[in-house]
Amino acid sequence: MGIPYFPGCTLSTTATGYDRSGRAAAAALGMPLDEIEGWQCCGATFPLAVDNSMAFIAPTRILTQAEHAGGMVTTLCVVCYHVLKRSQVMLERSPEMLERINWFTEQPYHGQVRVTHLLEVLRDDLTWEGLRAAVKRPLAGLRVAPYYGCLLLRPAAEMRLDDPERPTILHDCVRALGAEVVDFPYSVECCGSYLAVEKKDVPDQLSLKIVQSAKRSGADCIVTACPLCQYNLDYPQRSYHPPYVGDAAESLGIIRGVPVLYFTQLMAVALDLPRADWGMEGLYVDPLPLFSRGEFQTRPVPNEEADA
Amino acid sequence: MIPRVMVVGGGIAGMQAALDVANSGYEAVLVERLPSIGGHMAQLSETFPTLDCAQCILTPRTVEVGHHDKIKLFTYSAVESVEGEIGAFRVRLRREATYVDWDVCTGCGTCYQKCPFQAESDFERGIGPRKAIYTLGPQAVPNKPVIDPAACKYMLTRAEREAQGKKPQCGACAKLCPTGAIRFDDAPRYFEEEVGAIILATGYDLMSPVRLPEYGGGTIPDVIDGLAFERLLSSSGPTAGAVRRPSDGKTPETIVFVQCAGSRDPERGAPYCSKICCMYTAKQAMLYKHRVHHGQAHVFYIDIRAGGKRYEEFVQRGIHEEGTLYHRGKVSRIYRDSASGKVIVRGADTLNGKSTEIEADLVVLAMAVLPRADAPEVAARLGVEIDANGFFVSRNDEFEPVVSTRPGVYLAGVATGPKDIPETVAQASGAAGKVLSLFRQWEFPSPPTPLPQGARGVRSTK
Repeated sequence: MGIPYFPGCTLSTTATGYDRSGRAAAAALGMPLDEIEGWQCCGATFPLAVDNSMAFIAPTRILTQAEHAGGMVTTLCVVCYHVLKRSQVMLERSPEMLERINWFTEQPYHGQVRVTHLLEVLRDDLTWEGLRAAVKRPLAGLRVAPYYGCLLLRPAAEMRLDDPERPTILHDCVRALGAEVVDFPYSVECCGSYLAVEKKDVPDQLSLKIVQSAKRSGADCIVTACPLCQYNLDYPQRSYHPPYVGDAAESLGIIRGVPVLYFTQLMAVALDLPRADWGMEGLYVDPLPLFSRGEFQTRPVPNEEADA
Repeated sequence: MIPRVMVVGGGIAGMQAALDVANSGYEAVLVERLPSIGGHMAQLSETFPTLDCAQCILTPRTVEVGHHDKIKLFTYSAVESVEGEIGAFRVRLRREATYVDWDVCTGCGTCYQKCPFQAESDFERGIGPRKAIYTLGPQAVPNKPVIDPAACKYMLTRAEREAQGKKPQCGACAKLCPTGAIRFDDAPRYFEEEVGAIILATGYDLMSPVRLPEYGGGTIPDVIDGLAFERLLSSSGPTAGAVRRPSDGKTPETIVFVQCAGSRDPERGAPYCSKICCMYTAKQAMLYKHRVHHGQAHVFYIDIRAGGKRYEEFVQRGIHEEGTLYHRGKVSRIYRDSASGKVIVRGADTLNGKSTEIEADLVVLAMAVLPRADAPEVAARLGVEIDANGFFVSRNDEFEPVVSTRPGVYLAGVATGPKDIPETVAQASGAAGKVLSLFRQWEFPSPPTPLPQGARGVRSTK
């Protein structure tokens, strides 16, 4: 049986590679993602105004749809996950708000949906052992820097996914795929988020630090679960990528870009899915050279103890 | 009614209370969990605002306590249970096995000088090791060692070796002890003491930096807490007072102090001000400058709380004469740059409204002052109350700060909330005063006050 899946706008428009690789990988793991019917935008930000019931209507509608689809919803987009999870927590805590929204939407929501991110399903339902067993092409020798950003983990009291300061969920996923984890200091730093729209220089500077740090720590690539993080880390690298190699790039401390991938894309490679399912065309720094190297394909999967 | 007091905790508060009672001619039983008395003050380098050598002003007190014929000292001991009530408490004490016969030991130190095995030392806050047989320091009172069975090769291997019919390994201390004081078969002992009143002076723990992962606590070796830095500054510490950072022993040329690390932070469980950090940070920055003249000390602060006699002047001296740079703002994150080995401190400077980054060699976190981890159990055993933060509750915060909620049990020092040395000592004397006035009443009960002549219901005796 499949898992009710909410793709969200970003994965339907710009981050299509994330969507494609995620669906393909989940299907290969025997848990296909079933798109919930008639979904609409989640609202894209968790409303923080004190009286903002309007803004909760959209996420509540999605939760209602998930309720009809079996009481669970899975997302890939971290922003959607953040909005849905926090709305769920808010509705659990505030029966008054639930009643108010139900009155407006005339589609009663009963307030009991398990909101998950695919990473959570992998960890809690499939287990890392299960994922490890399904890997056909272990990524041995590939040095991967897990990058979490903010929205996946914070606020920890509501998201309850992992330790916000020292998370391990992406680390564990990367390890299960047979790759080597590169622990780097900026892995839970903010990427600049929506400032990419208004003040482009802020995410540019933040992203430079994050990418530089991963590079210095010896990472072959960065892996993330958030389309906004992916964009903010990947896109600015155009300017320090060839043909800008030289003084400018040198002064930035970066000569060759660091590919920024979604964890589902690494999964697609490790599960030995067809190239079309990797969905890597939209990335700015081309990751394909990483996977044409032979070394990681031949080495055996390192066991957990050796990694730790 | 037994005019005898038990003081629980042998830090500066407990010692002061015991001395005040004992010097008035009543007997005091002083109970200390560690092998020797002195508490946290014995770990400190110098005290604010006078920059007195802490050990030098502490030692006369520890020695006086150790020799006082009215003070019965139980070190390495803890309260097991308390029965009875004010005037007649029966307290059962458990004394840990020391594995050394203290009556025979002369304190010569041969054992710990020759012991080949080391263990991490809580007293040195992870900055330096101790031996498997150890005292807390050269001025320990009593100056008698104990063996840590978890670090002693002899005790760890004995059962296994004897089962194989072999002699246990090592045993160097037993072979070398000139008086034959080592007792590997020692066991905990229990004592019962009867007292009329109890003073709780159990002190505090410093929050572990591990609880601040965003500051690299527990993962970056050059991020240490305030007490660890005291050990670095202390001439009886592991570096003999030279400031050397833990990772590579280098002298730090840039050092960052972070105040309110865990304090005033409801998310971290310490919503209160730890009260001592502003002053000891100012002091530590100053002492660092005295030892590393070309070094630069930076302090991140929310605001400076220097309420105390000559305290503000002390902070100003740090700023204007000793060159400490104060940055108003919180530190958001501390990294280690693997290439340079520097510790990068990133924070907000709220005076210029910008984010700031300092490349430091060493970072000192002024961690929150916490109640003892076992305060809830101690409170249950003693029948007193603790507040939401875990500190002991006074019967009345304004007028009876040293009186607990249970008759006959008094409070002193940081066990009731963060405070500095002068305030702690004042409380201890206060608690001792309360106890002494009880004892006086028991020994010389005042006669009932006659009602004035002509008062209602009083018949004239004429």
